[in-house]
Amino acid sequence: MTPELLAARRIIRRGQVITLLGLLAAAGVYVIALRYTPVEVRQGLAQKIFYVHAPAAWGALVAFAVVGLVSILYLWLQDERLDLFAASSAEVGIAFSLVMLTTGPIWGKTVWGTWWTWDARLTLTLFLFFLFVGYLALRAAVQDHGERARFSAVVGIMGLVLVPFIHLSVYLFRTLHPQPVLLKPSAPSMPPEMLRALLSGMAAFTMLYIGFVVLRYGLARLDNLREGAGDAV
Amino acid sequence: MVEFLRLAFAIAGKDIRLELRSRTALLSAIVFSALVLVVFNFARDPTALAAVDLAPSVLWVTFAFGAVIALNRAFYVERENAALDGILLAPVPRSALYVGKLLANLAFVGVVETVALPLFVLFFNVSLGHALPGILGVTALATIGFVAVGTIFSAMVVRTRFAELMLPVLLLPFMVPPLVGAVQVTAKLLAGRPLSEMMGWLRLLTLYDIGFVTLCILVFPAVVDE
Amino acid sequence: MTEPVDPPLLSARGLVRAFGALQVLRGVDLEVRAGELLAVAGSNGAGKTTLLRLLAGLMRPSSGEVRIRGRQLTRDEPGPRRAIGLLSHHTFLYDDLTPAENLHFTAKLYGLPDAAAATRTALEEVGLAARANTPVRHLSRGLLQRAAIARALLHQPDILLLDEPFTGLDAPSADRFRALLASQLARGRALVLVSHHLAEAWELATHVAVLSGGRWALEGPRPSDLNAFHARYAELVHG
Repeated sequence: MTPELLAARRIIRRGQVITLLGLLAAAGVYVIALRYTPVEVRQGLAQKIFYVHAPAAWGALVAFAVVGLVSILYLWLQDERLDLFAASSAEVGIAFSLVMLTTGPIWGKTVWGTWWTWDARLTLTLFLFFLFVGYLALRAAVQDHGERARFSAVVGIMGLVLVPFIHLSVYLFRTLHPQPVLLKPSAPSMPPEMLRALLSGMAAFTMLYIGFVVLRYGLARLDNLREGAGDAV
Repeated sequence: MVEFLRLAFAIAGKDIRLELRSRTALLSAIVFSALVLVVFNFARDPTALAAVDLAPSVLWVTFAFGAVIALNRAFYVERENAALDGILLAPVPRSALYVGKLLANLAFVGVVETVALPLFVLFFNVSLGHALPGILGVTALATIGFVAVGTIFSAMVVRTRFAELMLPVLLLPFMVPPLVGAVQVTAKLLAGRPLSEMMGWLRLLTLYDIGFVTLCILVFPAVVDE
Repeated sequence: MTEPVDPPLLSARGLVRAFGALQVLRGVDLEVRAGELLAVAGSNGAGKTTLLRLLAGLMRPSSGEVRIRGRQLTRDEPGPRRAIGLLSHHTFLYDDLTPAENLHFTAKLYGLPDAAAATRTALEEVGLAARANTPVRHLSRGLLQRAAIARALLHQPDILLLDEPFTGLDAPSADRFRALLASQLARGRALVLVSHHLAEAWELATHVAVLSGGRWALEGPRPSDLNAFHARYAELVHG
């Protein structure tokens, strides 16, 4: 059993533990959200989807930032493992964005009657989703590992730089076309139980993110070993 | 610096000469843009929306699609006989190669836009008049932005299996800020609005151009060097 | 008192190149001086082409370094590349341009002071002056090869790297090519020639080396007996 194999397995085990903790935490948040938070007057029970929706958006954003920053590290240090880590983050990120993009419309339709709005958060997450898709599609289309790593890093960095421009575009667009005031629980005026639930949700999802990424990264390291062993026959 | 520009122009010149010789990509892009304009004409209900309301969006969607078609050729020509290796062998800084390709692509997309704009005016009966200089200016500004990003992506996707599909998938999110800015400014120009109303968007476009051209120059070596 | 020794035109130390987990080169050293020809042999997949690409600066080693006249070849400094010429399976030519246009472009890439004159001279030297204005697409295989050679030698490189250059050459062309290599050596160039068939360049080679499993299995001055060498080579590579 080579040291590389041992290392990969160790990483997978750690990932499993963190994911399990994250899932427990998420279940805890689920319970808190359903039983221990007040029901919002205007939106009713549907508002509680917010406790999944917002943390998922947060998770997607964290995942994206990690892809971008690790990409910069990869171009600087040229360590293949950094590339595997960035790719794992992208896969987890795309999952979180999908959660956000599906819970958003469900919430929107129930509460405000529209499936979609072009507000800042939904728009940004939609863009993150498309960038993740592009990133992963490119990886699937490139055979050579070195090339794949370099190309992915470039796309990751460019995506990171794009985000502020998306923000700016949405901001400029909204000041020109003021949207109808949306009824959203804004953070400062939230009752303490809601705030607690929201923050717990963020913490749980962050732990889930870390767990998933570490797990995926460990699997990627294992895959890499297997591929290398196949070539060296 | 002089050496850098000399090399960039040599590379751009070579690309332009090659394209003039074969003309395939340029003609496809022009024909495609014309078709897009025709489709838009039949797609809208003339009684429901005034042409001038829709005009900026139609123009810029046409420019965007035409550009993607034109951008595909950029590094395709370097595949034959491993010509790209020939350039990489030489004492050419990678940034000069990028700028050369960028200039050539700007020329091609510029030609497509130069043909599409009069067609647009013709098909949609839009009078540009006083707005023409402004529209030319914003066109140049926005085009630099998405051609800069498109050039570097075309260098990557040319080595992949589904190149024609990969380029739009990667590029379109990056085209949104310059496109939105360009549409907004074009609409205001056509409506004769004062410059002050466009400053925010123009700043966005300029910042985007500077930011991404710089970034692309910095990361381009990672794309071509093994 | 020791005399200062000029650094060799081309040298490499500890060249390692891995593709993911696959190690193609596992530590290769070499030195080639002016007027020397190093013939490199090895079976398919031994890493010969990878070695040439590393020496040409087209690929970066996973570790180790390549030096041109003692100066390290890095990505950021384009200068040393001026001394390198590569003749490979690919011609690096644009099919829709003529040989003259292709060479003119190459001359500009290398910053040659008089691109037009260099182009004319190179075309004459390989005997392509008559077809200088025919698009490369329409050239016969033999003429194409001449155009590729012209392109490789245009900037008078001190180091010439050759990847299986005798492939597809008939006997007269091979003789002409050998004469060309001899004249390059006489001018003090350093040559590295990769080949399956060492017999083609045996007389010209000053040194021979065999690449096997990513390392030199054998290296040194070229022995006089080709047959004995072939026997040893077969042993090393297939034994």
